[in-house]
Amino acid sequence: MSTIGTGYDLSASQFSPDGRVFQIDYASKAVEKSGTVIGIRGKDAVVLAVEKIISSKLYEPDAGGRIFTIEKNIGMAVAGLVADGNYVADIARQEAANYRQQFEHAIPLKHLCDRVAGYVHAYTLYSAVRPFGLSIILASWDEVEGPQLYKIEPSGSSFGYFACASGKAKQLAKTEMEKLKTDMKIDDLVKSAGEIIYKVHDDLKDADFRFEMGLVGRVTEGLHLINPPELTEKARNAGDAANKEEDSDNETR
Amino acid sequence: MLNNYNSLAQPLWQNGPAPGEFYKFTGGQMPVQQLPRELTTVGPYGTKHSTAAITTGSSVLGIRYDEGVMLAADTLVSYGSLARYQNIERVFKINKNILLGGSGDFADIQSIKRNIDQKMIEDQCCDDNIEMKPKSLASWMTRVLYNRRSRMNPLYIDVVVGGVDNEGTPYLANVDLRGRSHEDYVVATGFARHLAIPLVREKKPKDRDFTVVEAAELIRTCMEVLYYRDTRNISQYTVGVCSLNGCGVEGPFQVNENWTFAETIKGY
Repeated sequence: MSTIGTGYDLSASQFSPDGRVFQIDYASKAVEKSGTVIGIRGKDAVVLAVEKIISSKLYEPDAGGRIFTIEKNIGMAVAGLVADGNYVADIARQEAANYRQQFEHAIPLKHLCDRVAGYVHAYTLYSAVRPFGLSIILASWDEVEGPQLYKIEPSGSSFGYFACASGKAKQLAKTEMEKLKTDMKIDDLVKSAGEIIYKVHDDLKDADFRFEMGLVGRVTEGLHLINPPELTEKARNAGDAANKEEDSDNETR
Repeated sequence: MLNNYNSLAQPLWQNGPAPGEFYKFTGGQMPVQQLPRELTTVGPYGTKHSTAAITTGSSVLGIRYDEGVMLAADTLVSYGSLARYQNIERVFKINKNILLGGSGDFADIQSIKRNIDQKMIEDQCCDDNIEMKPKSLASWMTRVLYNRRSRMNPLYIDVVVGGVDNEGTPYLANVDLRGRSHEDYVVATGFARHLAIPLVREKKPKDRDFTVVEAAELIRTCMEVLYYRDTRNISQYTVGVCSLNGCGVEGPFQVNENWTFAETIKGY
């Protein structure tokens, strides 16, 4: 299934005979190994949810977070190499600060997405550097534009979404998301995020995981909050409940 | 742009005045008068730095009471002796712990406020729900202002920084353009330093802090005195209040003007 790119996969500055840049494809493979990340756009808010797989009991609970605050009202979640994620989050913060310095206004998400996507794309052009092994989901809310959700692929291409997913269980999450209604209110939004992450988590492959959530919307007064206490509880409980229902379905007879 | 500067290039013309200068004729033409209060120093690439303030805010008064601080400033930004902008907020809420009252050159206030606002956003990006304390901001400002003045390119401002820390201990300090800072239960800039501080000190109870009611009353009285006596004030002012219960800027309030005493003045 996976094509072997012998000889044409050594640097990002080479095409293969069938028109692919293998380094970008390999970057996508790095993304597919990471824990699932989803973003859902509701009526007055956007939620980002992460399946943070805990590889060791020695970590503190908030270690290795994959959700970042970029600006007052902009949040970012990453799937893939977390070290790359920290770096790109810093770049995004600099871009947002630079925009605010010039225009005294928070950067519109479309502009931030274009800037970050352009940056990620630049790293796919040269043999001296490697592409970022990241799939980046950006979310924002403000009074004028409303909720916004964008995703940037490792190739540097970006699109706007109602709901998007990346990582291990991307396909499964997408299937679940297609069942969702658009313009959900905050409670439904947060519960759906919880349910989807808990559902797609594979208990057999990765034992322990921590559900983390980023939320920005009218309910948070336009600020991006990570793991806001009440709503995160709601999401986790909804996720647990959904799982128990499924388990009890399997326990008949 | 600055990187393309060719310092070895010949001047564009010889034996004439540099751009902006006049020909020096014999016969002693009067040199261009420089305003006495203006001190210009040479900057890089032929530029000049001036210490003159252009658009200015007048006094700011800060009073510390048992549970927090109050900062008051009128809403005027003057252009020399012209009362140009009469509805400008000069007391700012920086974050839930800090209030900043700005006086002096208002462009410099706006410039440093932009930097401070960006600092608060960086705080938020750390995702630890910790907001900067007023003492830290005041300390940072002293470093910035001291370094600017040491390079003879000051930010011509005199600010009052006030707020509470996490336990609710109030903090009130004055930071000036030289990077000098001091903490007290009453601080002020401009004319308020001469008119309002003695008034407040007289009313200070020896063994305890002010109560919120006393502080509010003192603010009202002092803003009245300042309006009557400082010619660069107007009667409208705003008051910032910061305590554990909340932080915000209230107003605008009006001074209760009563000029009927003017009729009793005789003799000049």
